[in-house]
Amino acid sequence: MSHGSGGKAMAQMVRELFAAAFANPLLDQGNDQAAFDAPAGRMVVTTDGFVVSPLFFPGGDIGSLAVHGTVNDVAMAGAVPLYLTAGFILEEGFPLADLKRLVDSMAHAAREAGVSIVTGDTKVVERGKGDGVFITTTGIGVVPPGVAPSGERARPGDAILVSGTMGDHGVAIMSTRENLSFETDIRSDSAALHGLVAGMVAAVPDVHVLRDPTRGGLATTLNEVAHQSGVGMLLREADIPLKAEVAAACELLGLDPLYVANEGKLIAICAAEDSARLLEAMRAHPLGAEAAVVGTVVEDSHRFVQMETRFGGKRIVDWLSGEQLPRIC
Amino acid sequence: MKRLRLRVRGQVQGVGFRPFLHGLAHRLALTGWVLNDGAGVLAEVQGDALERFLTALAEDAPPLARIDAIETDAIPARPDETGFAILASRRGAVTTGVAPDAAVCPACLAELFDPADRRYRYPFLNCTHCGPRFTITRALPYDRPQTAMAGFPLCPDCAAEYADPADRRFHAQPTACPACGPRLSHSIKEMLAALRGGRIVAIKGLGGSHLACDAFDAAAVERLRARKQRNGKPFALMVANAASAERFGEVGAAERALLEGVARPIVLLRRRDGAPPLPDAIASGLAWLGIMLPYTPIHHLLFHEAAGRPDGTAWLERPQDLALVMTSANPGGEPLAIGNDEARRRLDGIADLIVDHDRDILIRADDSVMRVVAGAPVVLRRGRGHVPVPIRLPRAGPSVLAVGGHQKATVCLTRCDEAFLSQHIGDLDNAATLAFLEESVAHLRRILAVEPVAVAHDLHPDFQGTRFAESLGLPTLPVQHHHAHIAAVLAEHGVNGPALGLALDGFGLGADGGSWGGEMLLAEGAGFTRLGHLAPLAQPGGDVAARQPWRMAAAALARMGRGAEIAGRFAACGPADGVRRMIEAGVNAPPTSSCGRWFDAACGLLGVRAFSPGGAGFEGEAPMALESLVLRPTVLDGGWRIDGGVLDLTPLLESLLQINAQEGADRFHGTLAAALVAWAMPELTARGFERIALSGGCLMNAVLAEGLSAGFAARGVTALLPRRAPANDGGLSLGQAWVAMQSLLE
Ligand SMILES: [Fe+3]
Ligand SMILES: [Mg+2]
Ligand SMILES: [Zn+2]
Ligand SMILES: [Zn+2]
Repeated sequence: MSHGSGGKAMAQMVRELFAAAFANPLLDQGNDQAAFDAPAGRMVVTTDGFVVSPLFFPGGDIGSLAVHGTVNDVAMAGAVPLYLTAGFILEEGFPLADLKRLVDSMAHAAREAGVSIVTGDTKVVERGKGDGVFITTTGIGVVPPGVAPSGERARPGDAILVSGTMGDHGVAIMSTRENLSFETDIRSDSAALHGLVAGMVAAVPDVHVLRDPTRGGLATTLNEVAHQSGVGMLLREADIPLKAEVAAACELLGLDPLYVANEGKLIAICAAEDSARLLEAMRAHPLGAEAAVVGTVVEDSHRFVQMETRFGGKRIVDWLSGEQLPRIC
Repeated sequence: MKRLRLRVRGQVQGVGFRPFLHGLAHRLALTGWVLNDGAGVLAEVQGDALERFLTALAEDAPPLARIDAIETDAIPARPDETGFAILASRRGAVTTGVAPDAAVCPACLAELFDPADRRYRYPFLNCTHCGPRFTITRALPYDRPQTAMAGFPLCPDCAAEYADPADRRFHAQPTACPACGPRLSHSIKEMLAALRGGRIVAIKGLGGSHLACDAFDAAAVERLRARKQRNGKPFALMVANAASAERFGEVGAAERALLEGVARPIVLLRRRDGAPPLPDAIASGLAWLGIMLPYTPIHHLLFHEAAGRPDGTAWLERPQDLALVMTSANPGGEPLAIGNDEARRRLDGIADLIVDHDRDILIRADDSVMRVVAGAPVVLRRGRGHVPVPIRLPRAGPSVLAVGGHQKATVCLTRCDEAFLSQHIGDLDNAATLAFLEESVAHLRRILAVEPVAVAHDLHPDFQGTRFAESLGLPTLPVQHHHAHIAAVLAEHGVNGPALGLALDGFGLGADGGSWGGEMLLAEGAGFTRLGHLAPLAQPGGDVAARQPWRMAAAALARMGRGAEIAGRFAACGPADGVRRMIEAGVNAPPTSSCGRWFDAACGLLGVRAFSPGGAGFEGEAPMALESLVLRPTVLDGGWRIDGGVLDLTPLLESLLQINAQEGADRFHGTLAAALVAWAMPELTARGFERIALSGGCLMNAVLAEGLSAGFAARGVTALLPRRAPANDGGLSLGQAWVAMQSLLE
């Protein structure tokens, strides 16, 4: 692509590409903002920047991820997502074909999720000053009445559920990025979860916590919730869903799958008496078919997340300050 | 007539010191008094034989006493004084210590097996020269109400002994007899019958419970291993006496002294040819066997029962057939079970018979583990019998607390120039062990009555110790892992001032964020300089590679430029080609200068426990097996390269590909030691140093430690080995404390 001078021509091309791909009544008005009537009730808004390497990976790409990630952040408030905005930072010289591919994928993801990308912005930076494409998306949604999941609402005795297998996204990304083609294909689980959430909050409006265990995985997210709520947690290793291929890849790579990112999974915490109903609602949705109860919230002044291992011992599944550093001397 | 006021410091309380002084004063016709206070023993003596008194004081002190200092002041005589009195204890600023637990003394053994004695076969007899101390003491001063004996009022007979300054049990706080003391839940006869019947018996002991079984019953040993979910980690044996131990292993004078000493550790003995055959499951493929001798009356009574209850003590000298596996009852890597309910709950399903008693254990302590290295004892695991004996620091300073590392954690609290290194606590990856760490800190604070002004911890941000340290509200001082290893050795050897050290270790986070473990450090006060390190090997998979030596062998092959051989050589071990790709692409394969990982690589290349099926290997398994193969270390000329402070052992490893495991073990150990000496010598010479500190987990290996010791000695350099604090991470807290204290003093 040679739109040379300052990327102006490139930005223009991109705008046209986006206008065509994302077409919807609000965007089509061509204003610098989208104006719409606010629905009644509690609104949620969230924003997220997406930086991923490689841009294309098994099961998705940065475009679909930018939609799913923000839709899921809206959904974790128990909300129905309505609109998205998108900001692009492109590196000059990024192949147009690749750009078209990821914009189409983004448009497809938005249509599948039933949300419109109603406004956006594009900037082009000099070659070498970006990593292909960065995308920032903002999502707006509305929460049904009586629904108020929040990280500080976990209570001792509550059940901890996950919607499916852990670590698929992170392992898929790693295997592609590092060219470690595994014997079996592991695909990212990238998906929009608001449909699953709608079914869950219909079944159990008083679900206490909803979270998507993205970066840092299940372990990190549960530690955040434990701290917010001032509780401990006890997981059962044997009950945590894990694909055999992901387990094998993690064993090879020396990664603990509980710290590996997910992009299409959620954690739900609810009162023990609601857990069967919630599990049933989750399993009724295709994205929750492998949902499971994986542990219990406990009283613990240390706020430890612990796990009963397959060998019957317990170990602390702690938050990490950075990468998984070695610990064995 | 002269009168002296004496202050005696050290281990002088709870060890029969006052009756000793009382008796001595009587013999020498002196008058005066003695009392215990927070600082130790305070006495005044008056008479003509004061010189003889002072000599005897130092020379004839009771067996468990340790005199650190005697201060004397001449004071005016009291002409009208008669007799020598033992006065009531006084409290005050505590600077004395609680004694460690001690094995049954000869006088008590004589009573135990004398049918005429009122304590005949009483499982809890003890006196001021022996018995439980640290593990039953809540706080100082060391008096019965502050111990687990608080709930056992003395019967008239015991009370009379307790009050009689001439009696061995004068003020023996834990004293007991069948009429007034603790009771065992089962008879010795039942216990022995269960053991002989192949059952697993949990026996509550001093610092925790043991799981015991008949060491010759292979099925029982296998069952114990399976129920305890313990991987191949070796089990220790208990036999009746040194004569019985000699049937299994080589017992030299140094080993005998350790076996029979009051601390009664597990002693690693080199197996002997023609030993009675033991089941493989005890210590599979290892050349050393951990053996300890009985230390509580309960243990002695089991052997007595097995010997047919002979009267008297002559049988104690003769070899006995009974050999028991004795392993600490700590299921799933959690701390020793001590509370009765707790013990019962956790031991259900492991033990067939749970033998309990009603004397509480107030603080846990595992058995200590020792071996003889270069002719002198080395502590491999510090526990019962060694805590809370202080280690004297090179200088005094403000009180600091140090919390150690992640594995084999210990804590250390200093008071003046004394460092109190705790017992082995365990790996801090579960809440129960962390709670034990917190208890240990609280207990040390109580029995030492000091409040630290700062807390030292490892540099690693994700160690629980680091987080615990940060939660205390004290100033925190991070100490680099290998600096702490070296500082620990310098501290115990009293070295104050710059010194060179080799840290030969598994892993520690480096000051540069890298993975260190084979370091040449110049330690100076609170700081250090990294003068050199081992050549880096990729560590594919991080911690996984520390458990799978074949991965390190793959990294070594890649370093030799023979990465293409990885998939073929290690096809049976796991995803070998995947590991090759990780190494080549640098995916979670951080370079490490760890000596332990070079050991692993050698094991992997030689096929020595290169791979444990199911990943169930125990830590250090492969290097221990490699050490076991050594017959006579050999040195490969040209086996190493030294370049800009970096020691590269690649030629040595490459040569291992051509020889068998036994020759390889000889060559690896011999060449590694020679290479390390050659590497350090120029730095030592340039600085005019005549000694070098050696530490880190690899120094648990006696062949390496002795090779280095001899190699440096041949060049006129004294190798300082970790002896009182473990070479592995069990000694870290001592080093951290010493670094932190120096940092506060600077
Ligand atoms: Fe270490
Ligand atoms: Mg977000
Ligand atoms: Zn005694
Ligand atoms: Zn009595």
